[in-house]
Amino acid sequence: MTTVKTGQVPLAHDSEMARATPRKASMIGVNSRKLWLTVLGWGVAILIFFPIFWMIVTSFKTEAEAIADPSLIFAPTLENYVEVQLRADYFKFAMNSVVVAFGSTLLALLLAIPAAYSMAFLPTKRTKGTLLWMLSTKMLPPVGVLVPIYLLFRDTGLLDTRTGLIIVYTLMNLPIVVWMLYTFFKDLPKDILEAGRMDGASTFQEVWYLLLPLTLPGIASTGLLSVILSWNEAFWSLNLTSSQAAPLTAYIASFSSPEGLFWAKLSAASTMAIAPILVFGWLTQKQMVRGLTFGAVK
Amino acid sequence: MRLRHAIPLAGATALVSAAASAETITVATVNNNDMVIMQGLTDEFEKAHPDITLDWVVLEENVLRQRMTTDIATQGGQFDVMTIGTYEVPIWAERGWLTPLADLPDDYQVNDLLKPVRDGLSYDGTLYALPFYAESSMTYYNKALFEKAGIEMSDQPTWQEVSDWASRIHDPQNEVYGICLRGKPGWGENMAFVSTLVNTYGGRWFDMDWNPQLDSQAWQDAVSFYVDLLNNYGPPGASSNGFNENLALFSRGNCGMWVDATSAAGKLYNPDESQVADQLGFAPAPIAETPKGSHWLWSWALAIPATSDSKDAAETFITWATSQDYIELVGETKGWTSVPPGTRESTYENENYQQAAPFADFVLNAIREADPTDSTQEPAPYVGVQFVGIPEFQAIGTQVGQMIAAALTGDMSVEQALSSAQRSTERTMKRAGYPK
Repeated sequence: MTTVKTGQVPLAHDSEMARATPRKASMIGVNSRKLWLTVLGWGVAILIFFPIFWMIVTSFKTEAEAIADPSLIFAPTLENYVEVQLRADYFKFAMNSVVVAFGSTLLALLLAIPAAYSMAFLPTKRTKGTLLWMLSTKMLPPVGVLVPIYLLFRDTGLLDTRTGLIIVYTLMNLPIVVWMLYTFFKDLPKDILEAGRMDGASTFQEVWYLLLPLTLPGIASTGLLSVILSWNEAFWSLNLTSSQAAPLTAYIASFSSPEGLFWAKLSAASTMAIAPILVFGWLTQKQMVRGLTFGAVK
Repeated sequence: MRLRHAIPLAGATALVSAAASAETITVATVNNNDMVIMQGLTDEFEKAHPDITLDWVVLEENVLRQRMTTDIATQGGQFDVMTIGTYEVPIWAERGWLTPLADLPDDYQVNDLLKPVRDGLSYDGTLYALPFYAESSMTYYNKALFEKAGIEMSDQPTWQEVSDWASRIHDPQNEVYGICLRGKPGWGENMAFVSTLVNTYGGRWFDMDWNPQLDSQAWQDAVSFYVDLLNNYGPPGASSNGFNENLALFSRGNCGMWVDATSAAGKLYNPDESQVADQLGFAPAPIAETPKGSHWLWSWALAIPATSDSKDAAETFITWATSQDYIELVGETKGWTSVPPGTRESTYENENYQQAAPFADFVLNAIREADPTDSTQEPAPYVGVQFVGIPEFQAIGTQVGQMIAAALTGDMSVEQALSSAQRSTERTMKRAGYPK
């Protein structure tokens, strides 16, 4: 007859407990780490977003409130939005921004896709060097080439034209676009393209029917990045345009002043300038994250 | 029936063709309040001149300066009217970049323009730009704080008095500071003020052979005084305060005194913008060893680049925007404290303006007494009170300004700052080929 000593049950129970405690402890550890990471994530997000939040808040204050001690309690006003619209035609500037940002992105992709294809799938011993050289052009401060480009634009009649700005932005973003596409294309197994070639696909068909559909998230995120970079570019837009082709960056610049109060008006103009790209970025964020991850986890 | 349709159609066609034939001129200007008012009166100009349409490019001062310099130096021809200052006009005129304004219409009354301003915008006796507004510098003080401290402002304050008064007013625990002055580095920011201080301490930027004088005793005394004054009785973070920051501080009642541009008077006197409008006192800029060069002279002016294809239309516009009639128009539509100051004798004779702007006499006297051709105790080879009228000065002024700001923050001593400034200025001048 097997007797169970009263003390044995607690023993068995103890061993279960002994097994459960580390698991529970590790669960608690995981949970607290998760909590900390969440808090950190939110902290960083709030830190990044705070200037934009404060700009939006300031745009609803009066000029006197904007320079007074920071406060979230105030009577909101739309007078700054009315004033900036009265002083400058927002839609003219916004239209220039849209045309130039999307036009330059389209042109950059048209040039970069064949370039990245050839570098990724038909590399030569100079490919790496070429890629590095392309990137090195980004290291030159733009002001260094301002006068030559200004003279070229003057002689070709491209000053203060959207076409001129599209050309400059395309050249400005091309190295980044080529590099990003090159990275995405490199991830694609060569065998897929070879299979297409075996089936008699021409180079164009290979790119159009195989490469582009398979790397679409990468191309989309590259395009989105190029649009954002073009939208926010200020140096060339301020220097190469005056009244006809000036985009939103020039619109914002016209509200800053060394004499007199301007923070609330500048905030209103800036809020209006970033609104379209903010909405665009929000709508396309899934695509963008997918594309960037596509390149990051290779 | 047909005729009834045809008449409006013909009218519309005529209107369209008139609009199409209007000459468009591109005006580049800064985003200061007076210019914003000018932009707001576009319709008035176009109504009076239906054959001319205005296209505006409004930018922040530094951005605009860079933009216009690039355009004019490369003969880009993007602008028909440029807003430039007394620093640029003689330099650009000498290079043939500006259109001379020798044959202005009689009704423009060119002799009504204040002489020092007219001289500052001329080269070789010819006018190259028309003054839109002009300013000098003067002392603003808070009457309530002066009264509380038992101080009476003198007719011509000295810097020693100012320092003494600042020490009596200074109460940082209640956010009241004895004095606010420019500390933000830049040739048009802290160096505009420091240059006038050096002038009145008997110093100069260069001797007659273009040797920099930044290590002279006058510079040492002036800059040491400035650094001590601001560190002892100035607001915290004074090295990042420019015109705007000090305007905000003074208008909120945080400063006992402020020495800066006369163009601030209208803003400080406006109760909508300033909490000290009823406590505002004015006095001439303080002096030390000599009154010479103790207050600056600056004018924002409208010029026509030589590359403009629409010179006649541009001249029509700039004569309108700087005319007596324009000043009357602003006075009547926007209020008399908003009229562009410092350009015409007639403005100061106008009773409406005298009533609305009690600071008018100070401004007029300050401008009249500023002499850019004789602003230093010892002779100097350059024109300009708070700047040196040579192309190299923008770089020199900004570099020296950074060193003086470093002395203000305590990153280096005044001796170190001035010695570095002297060396860097010597290098720049040597590279530029001085003496010429």
